[in-house]
Amino acid sequence: MSTAKTKTLAATDGQASVAQPSRTTWLTSARTRRLGLTALGWTIACLIFFPIFWMVLTGFKTESAAIADPSLIFSPTLESYIAVQARADYFKFALNSVVVALGSTLAALALAIPSAYSMAFLPTRRTKGTLLWMLSTKMLPPVGVLVPIYLLFRDVGLLDTRTGLTIVYTLMNLPIVVWMLYTFFKDLPKDILEAGRMDGASTLQEVCFLLLPLTLPGIASTGLLSVILSWNEAFWSLNLTSSKAAPLTAYIASFSSPEGLFWAKLSAASTMAIAPILVFGWLTQKQMVRGLTFGAVK
Amino acid sequence: MTKTRAAGRTVGGLRTLSLQAPAVTLLLLWMIVPLAMTVWFSLQRYNLLMPEMTGFAGLENYRYLFTDPALWTAMGNTLLLVGSVLAITVVGGTLLAVLFQQEFPGRGVARVLAISPFFVMPTVSALVWKNMMMHPANGVLSWLAESFGLPAVDWFSSLPLTSIVIIVSWQWLPFALLILLTAIQSLDDDQVEAARMDGAGPVAIFFFITLPHLKRAISVVIMIEMIFLLTIFAEIFVTTSGGPGLATTNLAYLIYIQALLDFDVGMASAGGVVAIILANIVAIFLVRMVAKNLES
Repeated sequence: MSTAKTKTLAATDGQASVAQPSRTTWLTSARTRRLGLTALGWTIACLIFFPIFWMVLTGFKTESAAIADPSLIFSPTLESYIAVQARADYFKFALNSVVVALGSTLAALALAIPSAYSMAFLPTRRTKGTLLWMLSTKMLPPVGVLVPIYLLFRDVGLLDTRTGLTIVYTLMNLPIVVWMLYTFFKDLPKDILEAGRMDGASTLQEVCFLLLPLTLPGIASTGLLSVILSWNEAFWSLNLTSSKAAPLTAYIASFSSPEGLFWAKLSAASTMAIAPILVFGWLTQKQMVRGLTFGAVK
Repeated sequence: MTKTRAAGRTVGGLRTLSLQAPAVTLLLLWMIVPLAMTVWFSLQRYNLLMPEMTGFAGLENYRYLFTDPALWTAMGNTLLLVGSVLAITVVGGTLLAVLFQQEFPGRGVARVLAISPFFVMPTVSALVWKNMMMHPANGVLSWLAESFGLPAVDWFSSLPLTSIVIIVSWQWLPFALLILLTAIQSLDDDQVEAARMDGAGPVAIFFFITLPHLKRAISVVIMIEMIFLLTIFAEIFVTTSGGPGLATTNLAYLIYIQALLDFDVGMASAGGVVAIILANIVAIFLVRMVAKNLES
């Protein structure tokens, strides 16, 4: 960027001898433009972020300050956090979220790695069709199959269990995980695996000692996207769980009834619920686009 | 040489099969079984509250469904919700992508702040907006309105669907921004520079270079958002519960009411089939586009 800037500046210097006044207006307008851009960019970013900022702030207020007139000046307190922690159930829900998100991600990766490996390195005529079919299963709206899943889960006793939710999330994210891994595997030069095969590596050795270490960043961001999607999922969790296996999405939803009484506690609980995912999201935003658009935008 | 290669191919074919079998089988089950059951239930008299009423119903559930004014209200709400959110997020996302592509101090941080709402779980964003932003007495918005001498708005009772649109747009605008910002970065700088040299203003550059470049990414955003927005649920569940009346009941919420509150499995399944058909109309286009991309 700095070189480009000096270049344009040099270019204007060259013209300066010809048109002296236009140079000064060009410079001032560039400066105001930059200033305007900065102001606009930051204003919009802050406006979009404001509800999250406000929620975090409210978490550090007392309940009476939380419902008083909006103010940035208050004496911060950890009282709400302590109150939320003291209600032991918060940890129960958080633990459900962690177990279900991690469990479904690991299961999806375990199922997807062999599948993506064969699609990327041993493609057949059917590979493309299989990939597109996997994508199309994602298009089935969950509400369309809510009734049968609910009844099936009720009959086999999976309703309100972590196992049941983990199964649903695994299958929900499997197409995205396969797709993302496929695009990462495809980017790997084929020669590397070829060389391994020449040295007599078996498929398992090839995957474990060559493929996985070399594509670890890609696998990590795939896993993170799967964790994010499972953590934030709120259709199945609200419909398939009630108390035992309810994750944080359902726990937070339970705050919707006693309106206006627990804003600070709700904010503290929400902040804890979204903080890890926000960080994961920030870390992987670039690679995530691949998974979210099925490789259509890179 | 040819022999080993041929052998390698059959081994490869076998390997492909065994490597893909677990994922493919499970996905196949996950798709076919519930789908078949939904279609089957939709043709049955099946109400959990009336266990004695059973048997084949033919298209009766569909007839009840399509003559129920609630379905049309819900369809209308679904279309309004999807349409408004799409318009806001695509137009806004494109403009913001152009803005955040410009060089300015702290751009990286500003981008991260603007993308953040996408990572907030739907129940949290719905409750934050409901309680802290739009609350008629203590919300930030009503406080702002009052400080300008305007009357406070009781968002969820006077403008229920608009409120839902605002909340959902706040969640999906960052998604559009994230995708379009990635797409805009592959725009050729030299092309823009050349156009500028030829005297093209920023508006002309936007319409004749940036927008055509983003065309594909924009259609991907539209299709993916459509599929998710058709069945928005948590935001409605947490804020308005579909009310007042049916004002914010969309197709997903209507099916939820019929299935888990009225226990009418037959009707709910018929609604589910309608939702599946609607989503598939969009999905066909998306799958085609991805397929084209896969070839290139």
